[in-house]
Amino acid sequence: MRKFLLEGLLKRPLTEDAPTAEGNLATEIDRTAHRRLGRSLAIRMVDAGSCNGCELEIHALGNPYYDLDRLGLHFVASPRHADILMVTGPVTHNMKTALRRSYDAMPAPKWVVSVGDCALDGGCFRGSYAIAGGVDAVIPVDLHIPGCAPSPVDIMKGLLTILDSATASRAAGS
Amino acid sequence: MIDISQYLDITAEAPDRPAAQVHRLSRGEWRDAVERAAADGLTLLGLWGARASVTLALLDEEQARIGLLSFSPRNGRFPSVGRHFPSAQRLERSIADLFGLIPQDAPDDRPWLDHGRWGLSHPLGKAGQGKAQDYSFLPVEGHGLHQVPVGPVHAGIIEPGHFRFTGQGETVVRLEERLGYVHKGIEGLMQGAEIPRGAELAARVSGDSTVAYGWAYAQAVESALGVVPSARAQWLRAIMAELERLANHLGDIGAICNDAAFALMLARCSVLRENVLRAADAVFGHRFMRDIIRPGGVSVDLSGDGIARLRDLLADLEQAFPRMIELYDNTPSLLDRTVGTGHLSNALVRQFGAGGYIGRASGRGFDVRKVFPYGPYGQMDMTVPLRGDGDVNARIWIRIREVEQSLALLARLLETLPDGVPLIELPKPSGACQGLGLVEGFRGDILVFVALDRHGRIRRCHLRDPSWFQWPLLEAAIEGNIIADFPLCNKSFNCSYSGHDL
Ligand code: SF4
Repeated sequence: MRKFLLEGLLKRPLTEDAPTAEGNLATEIDRTAHRRLGRSLAIRMVDAGSCNGCELEIHALGNPYYDLDRLGLHFVASPRHADILMVTGPVTHNMKTALRRSYDAMPAPKWVVSVGDCALDGGCFRGSYAIAGGVDAVIPVDLHIPGCAPSPVDIMKGLLTILDSATASRAAGS
Repeated sequence: MIDISQYLDITAEAPDRPAAQVHRLSRGEWRDAVERAAADGLTLLGLWGARASVTLALLDEEQARIGLLSFSPRNGRFPSVGRHFPSAQRLERSIADLFGLIPQDAPDDRPWLDHGRWGLSHPLGKAGQGKAQDYSFLPVEGHGLHQVPVGPVHAGIIEPGHFRFTGQGETVVRLEERLGYVHKGIEGLMQGAEIPRGAELAARVSGDSTVAYGWAYAQAVESALGVVPSARAQWLRAIMAELERLANHLGDIGAICNDAAFALMLARCSVLRENVLRAADAVFGHRFMRDIIRPGGVSVDLSGDGIARLRDLLADLEQAFPRMIELYDNTPSLLDRTVGTGHLSNALVRQFGAGGYIGRASGRGFDVRKVFPYGPYGQMDMTVPLRGDGDVNARIWIRIREVEQSLALLARLLETLPDGVPLIELPKPSGACQGLGLVEGFRGDILVFVALDRHGRIRRCHLRDPSWFQWPLLEAAIEGNIIADFPLCNKSFNCSYSGHDL
């Protein structure tokens, strides 16, 4: 154990530079807004029917290479604490209510990010009797991150986009 | 009483899975066969429905033989298998939900996958109007009991499912699971699909096992069509399968320790896991190596650079992993949480035919790679790690030993990689045909049964995740533990929700 701690002090961290934001919601990052509001958003994740592949990559965001927390983005246990609802999978009929309730439990302002090809329109499960559709068949979606599964870098880019627009809209509101 | 061994005609000798023969039984024969099989201590390997029939896969572990038995009830009712094999109960409930075939005298006749929300009943059988329904949990009576309902949405980044805990103080006296939330109707989408579309779906049954599922499906299709892919393709499949096993075990070892609040292990192991995924991405073009196994072979060949890249990965892991073992083994506060927690008996894993690290940690050594070798495994030297203590600690150690074994297997596979074409074209079927696939995923044995029509389209495809026989045992393992240890126990099982709900 001591060896590991010592190594941690002496070696450079594995964490890599964060990618820059891009995508359909990108806005100019307002420096003053950053200074005033900080960059911190809480994410609640709901799997609405995924194959668990997308979850694995969301999990990977926490590993030392990506270390999502350093960007002010962290996962929370309750929707009541969340700014962002991150949803994976096609929405199954069996999960529709739980997804809706998670969304309703979040305070405004709130954003919804759908992750993975399934979350767009059901993906390869579209047309099944058990599938309600993509995430926006149940709740409004602000940003979609495509891929099967999207890589951690793809997910990070998407989140930074939301972070920027969230910061901008908070600044505009204050 | 009938002699069951006459039906067990799939043996380990064949180099790859032979075309599967299904024995059609009468009602009486079916009833006798099920009773006999249970009395003889055979293992239930699978049970699935079709529009008008049910099929049972039985395994004789000692003799290494498998048999497929089916029964077509005229009145829509079949003698319950769950009465004799508790492991069949949830499978039977699902057959009733999906096909409307009713298990007679079943011990549990509640719905399982059908939550009353599809708008129709028996979607794969004679579909009717669906209706909303109340689900009743098993009654609990006793002094000072309280219930804690958890889920379907859980606190972390995990799949959804419902757990109903009954506690007495801190101690869990009963856990009842309710699953089916991520039921996507994959077997419905399979019906009438072309072979490549089937492969796409099979690779998305459980994302963490996409290689293993791809392989099991390919094996089933190849066995139905009577083709054997090149040795090179088989080797490449095994290389991907072992990389998948490595990535998952490394992730699990870290995550289990993290659930005992030892975050250092998670951080370190997740780096090793990420290294495996990055190497997979560099060499095969996808971090999970998804959609690379196709019926007929593999779609990506391995170059000389690729081999070098994988060898580098192995060298790094061989250096880094022993330090993780040392860290685990020398942290008493961590061992204090894992040793003795979530104990699972040998009798239960045998009765349920639980595979993977769950079975092996409780003394059931079944591993498809060893018992029914496929691809290159028959030529690989491997011993199945086995323990008898059956607790969280044992499940961690089995994973540790399997990581070491996968590293050794990978080195050997790279060394012996034969030449050949990676992908061959599939022949047209000469008529309706069926095949069986059986592959050892990181979590345990995955069974795939495929029936093709004479045009080569899928008539029926059933995919059985190892979790079917592991989920019920989590209910047993948690009994008598404190509720705060549930995450730890659950993670040490790491059952698939998606693979189970399908
Ligand atoms: S997008 Fe792909 S990885 Fe994500 S849930 Fe769907 S099938 Fe799985």
